[in-house]
Amino acid sequence: MMNREIKSYFPILDQEVNGHPLVYLDSAATSQKPVQVIEALTRYYEFDNANVHRGVHTLGNRATDMYEGAREKVRKFINADTTEEVIFLRGTTTALNLVAQSYGRANVEEGDEIVITYMEHHSNVIPWQQLAKERGAVLKYIDLNPDGTISLEQVRAAVTDRTKIVSMMYVSNVLGTMNPIKEVTQIAHEHGAVMVVDGAQAAPHLKIDVQNLDCDFFAFSGHKMCGPTGIGVLYGKKDLLNNMEPIEFGGEMIDFVGLYDSTWKELPWKFEGGTPIIAGAVGLGAAIDFLNEIGLHEIEQHEHKMAAYAMNAMNEIEGLQIYGPTDPQKRAGIVTFNLNDVHPHDLATVLDMSGIAVRAGHHCAQPLMKWLQCTATARASFYVYNDESDIDRLVEGLRSTKEYFSDVF
Amino acid sequence: MSSKNLDQLYRQVIMDHYKTPRNKGTLDNDSVNIEMNNPTCGDRIQLTLQVEEGIVKDAKFDGEGCSISMASASMMTQAVKGKDVDTALQLSHIFSDMMLGKDYDDTIDLGDIEALQGVSQFPARIKCATLAWKAMEKGVQSEGKS
Repeated sequence: MMNREIKSYFPILDQEVNGHPLVYLDSAATSQKPVQVIEALTRYYEFDNANVHRGVHTLGNRATDMYEGAREKVRKFINADTTEEVIFLRGTTTALNLVAQSYGRANVEEGDEIVITYMEHHSNVIPWQQLAKERGAVLKYIDLNPDGTISLEQVRAAVTDRTKIVSMMYVSNVLGTMNPIKEVTQIAHEHGAVMVVDGAQAAPHLKIDVQNLDCDFFAFSGHKMCGPTGIGVLYGKKDLLNNMEPIEFGGEMIDFVGLYDSTWKELPWKFEGGTPIIAGAVGLGAAIDFLNEIGLHEIEQHEHKMAAYAMNAMNEIEGLQIYGPTDPQKRAGIVTFNLNDVHPHDLATVLDMSGIAVRAGHHCAQPLMKWLQCTATARASFYVYNDESDIDRLVEGLRSTKEYFSDVF
Repeated sequence: MSSKNLDQLYRQVIMDHYKTPRNKGTLDNDSVNIEMNNPTCGDRIQLTLQVEEGIVKDAKFDGEGCSISMASASMMTQAVKGKDVDTALQLSHIFSDMMLGKDYDDTIDLGDIEALQGVSQFPARIKCATLAWKAMEKGVQSEGKS
């Protein structure tokens, strides 16, 4: 599919914002949805909606097939061994919290270590902070190189035999850095620790192969990869998941309920208490079909190309500082920056008046902002529907912003 | 780029307060010292007030944030200095109405604050403008209790 064709599948992009054609550069926050996904959701609700795994009736069977069919799509998408390892949850945050509260509470003891990095999103910081406080464990941070990358030496220096959990984002939502997850996993395993991967920014952009990475847990969200909000996935190795206790109890996840004790269903359902996110899973399945049709390898190449084009053009603007790796091959389609002394909020407001949507703020990564020694940044992030013309509009907008504030700063 | 709305938002007087903030710093003889932040964007303000016998004798602010939040803080300190606590709270109330686009009491001279009226057209930025006022409100109310 060519870019223009891809763009035509996203109805939301065909509109004017503040009198200008919309340029959406905030896909790292949430991606837009193609008609294929929107129609899959509508079709499900118009023809197939029923609760799953309980009805004898036809709709119930159809809904169950669709829900479990989506699980199989996810399994293939991340190359998991079996669908028992694919748990549908609300999103990455819920998935990481499940690992911390179930695996973490059962396996982390006083004096043990949990290792994360300075670049983590709050959702991969706070669950571990809470776990460390509760268990009397030590939370350690892996330092970053000046360009915002991670070196394996620093990982080796941080991970010890007392480390029980290493958790790291695959792709940084601020710096765009792609972390060497496979190698870090190997180091974690050498010390007997499990490897948890926050894949929220990776799943939309890279071919994921959990068996090749050999990670123990992998979490991601549907809404950043053309799927609906409210659906996400936790992948976990079967042996680990089998030994873990659910953290949500109720319908759907039980095997037998007595008055004073109950038993759980087998994997993956024991972690899916309550009526599951059926429509969300169906929508995620449609999103996976859509991404596969474009090709994950093509998407990754497109992102590198967008990052390179943007960085090139933005570096021409005097006073504009880009954070993170300078080599576009080392980053996903995310460019975080500051323009002179113009505060990112002011920048984002002026761009918005030209129909250009960028993110401004701390990007849910306050420890990283501290490391970068700034309180806020602006971020432009690109996805399958963006092309060079969007970046041209951004650069034009940045130049006008600079001019607009020229007598002030 | 020079849209009318934008020019309403970034009025000259606002940018002037941003560039040369009034009452920047911290008081040594403060009776109120309050910190507030805007968790969604990282704006942060520290406000020190010297309140004596129900009068805001002095006010200073420190912090970091966008032009709107810092200009608003500068204007707020200017406005409440020398006023009694009730008037300060009344001003805050008027300011809140102004941000929400409601009709507000225009019998009181608002001075520079009036320039922030354009912010009401930018819903995402209202929180920037109200941060300092919220800090002041919380500050004077806690002062009365201790």
